[in-house]
Amino acid sequence: MQTLNSYAPEIIRIVMAVVGGAVVVFGNALVMGYMERKLAGHFQRRTGPMEVGFHGLLQLVIDGIKLMSKQLVIPAKADKPLFMLAPIISFAPVFLPLLVIPFSDRIQGFDLDVGLLFVLAIASINVLAVLVAGWASNNKYSMFGAFRAVAQNVAYEIPMLLSLLAIVFMTNTFSLRGIVEAQTVWFIVLQPVAFIIYLICMVAETNRAPFDLAEAESELTAGFHTEYSGMSFSLFMMAEYTNMFIVSCIATVFFLGGTSGIPLPYFEYTGIIWFLLKVYLFMFFLVWIRWTYPRTRFDQLMNLCWKYLLPISLVNLLITVVVVKL
Amino acid sequence: MILYRYIAEALFYAFMILTFMGAFMAVRSQLLMHAVIGLAVSLLGIAGLYFHLGSTFLAVMQVLIYVGAVCIMIAMGIMLGNTPSQLAEKNLKGRNLLLAIGSCAAVFLALFATLSRTGFAPAAERIGDMSIQFVGENLLLQYCLAFELISLILLTAIIGSIILARGGRDGAVK
Repeated sequence: MQTLNSYAPEIIRIVMAVVGGAVVVFGNALVMGYMERKLAGHFQRRTGPMEVGFHGLLQLVIDGIKLMSKQLVIPAKADKPLFMLAPIISFAPVFLPLLVIPFSDRIQGFDLDVGLLFVLAIASINVLAVLVAGWASNNKYSMFGAFRAVAQNVAYEIPMLLSLLAIVFMTNTFSLRGIVEAQTVWFIVLQPVAFIIYLICMVAETNRAPFDLAEAESELTAGFHTEYSGMSFSLFMMAEYTNMFIVSCIATVFFLGGTSGIPLPYFEYTGIIWFLLKVYLFMFFLVWIRWTYPRTRFDQLMNLCWKYLLPISLVNLLITVVVVKL
Repeated sequence: MILYRYIAEALFYAFMILTFMGAFMAVRSQLLMHAVIGLAVSLLGIAGLYFHLGSTFLAVMQVLIYVGAVCIMIAMGIMLGNTPSQLAEKNLKGRNLLLAIGSCAAVFLALFATLSRTGFAPAAERIGDMSIQFVGENLLLQYCLAFELISLILLTAIIGSIILARGGRDGAVK
C-alpha cells in the first residue's frame, strides 16, 4: 500500500475538483434558473412559477426532465456535425475557470500565477462556439446573432481587461489568490471607475440584456440559438449561467475582497459563504438590470464601448500606473 | 509517484493526437468552416503541449490569441462569403497531385535530414522559473529587439487596416 498512500491525496483532490465543478455548474444553473424566473416575475408584478412545489421550487427540476426528453431537431440544411458540436464547445470549457477561483482560503483547485489570463482565455472559446452555432444553423437570424455576439464580445473584452489590469498593476500579480490577499481595503473603494467599467463589460460579455443583441428576440427570433431545442439549447443556457457565475466570481475577487467578511469558525473553509453571497449579489444585479432596462441599439452598444469605456479605462490605467509608481 | 508519470504521459499523447487530428481536419475537410474548427482543435492541442512542458503563460496566450482571436477572425471572414453547403472544389489531381507529393517529400526529407543530424542535448531540468516575471524580464531585456520587431509588424497591420477603412462606408446611416 506504499504507492497508494503516495498518490492518494492528489487523486482525491482531482476527484474533488471534478465533483465540485459539476456541483457548481449544475447547482448554479438550477439556482439561477429559479432565481431569474422568480425575480423576473416580481419585477413585472407577477408571481413567477408557483405551481410545482413550494413557490415553484421544483419547477426547474421538471423543466430539466422536459428538456432532456425533448427531440433534438436538426434543420435539414444545417451543417450537422458542427450543429451538434457547437453546444459542446460552448459548455465543455466552462468547468475550467472554476479550478482557479479561490472560493475560500482552502477551497481552490490550484492557484495559477496567470489565473486571470487563464479565465479570460477559456472565456474566449465561448465566442467560437457562438460563431459555429450561428453558422451551422444556416439561418439568417442565427448568422446575424452570431456576428453581433462576436463583435460585442471582442470589443468588450478590451475595456474589461484594461479595467482589471489597473488592479493587477496595484497588486503586481495575475494570481486570483494573490489579489484576494492583497486587499486590505476592498478595491471597489480604491478603483471605483474600474469597477463601473467592469460591471458594464460584465453584462456585455455574458450577452445579457440590456446588451443581449446576440439573441434579441424582437428582431432575431432568438439569435444564434434559434434552431436549437431540447438538451442542446439547455447546454447553451447552462454555459451562459456558468459564465455569469464566473464573471461574478472575478468581480468578487477583484473588487469585493473575495472571501473577506465577518470571521466565522473554520474560516479557511467557511469563507466560501461570504464568497458565494457576494457572487450572488452580482448575479442578482445581472438579473435586476435585465428585467429593468430596455435593449440598446447595436450602434449605441458599440459606441459605448469604443468611444467611452475604452478611453476611460485607458486613462484609469494610466493614472493607476502613475500613482502606483510614484 | 509512477501513476503521475503515466497520467502525464497519457496527457502528452492525448495532446499529440488532438494536434494531429485537428491538423488533418484542417487540411483535408472540404468545408472551409470545418477546416477552421480543425485549426482551432490543433492549436488547442499545441496549447496543451505548452502546458505539459510547464509554461502555463504560453499555453494561456496560445488559447487567448490563436483560438480566441485568430480562428474567430478567420471564421468571421468565411461566414461573410460561404454557406454551409458550399464545398471547396477538389483540385488535387493530375499535375497538382504530383507537385503536392513532390513538395511534401522535399520538406519531409529536409526536416528528416536536419533532425537526424542534430544531436539533441537533454534539456536542463528547468531553465527559468517560467513565471510571468521571468517571461516579462526576458522579453523586455534579453529579447528586446525581437519583441520590438514583432510590435512593429502589429503596428503595420493596424495602420494598414486604418488606411483600408479610411474611406468609410458609403451610404451608411450616419
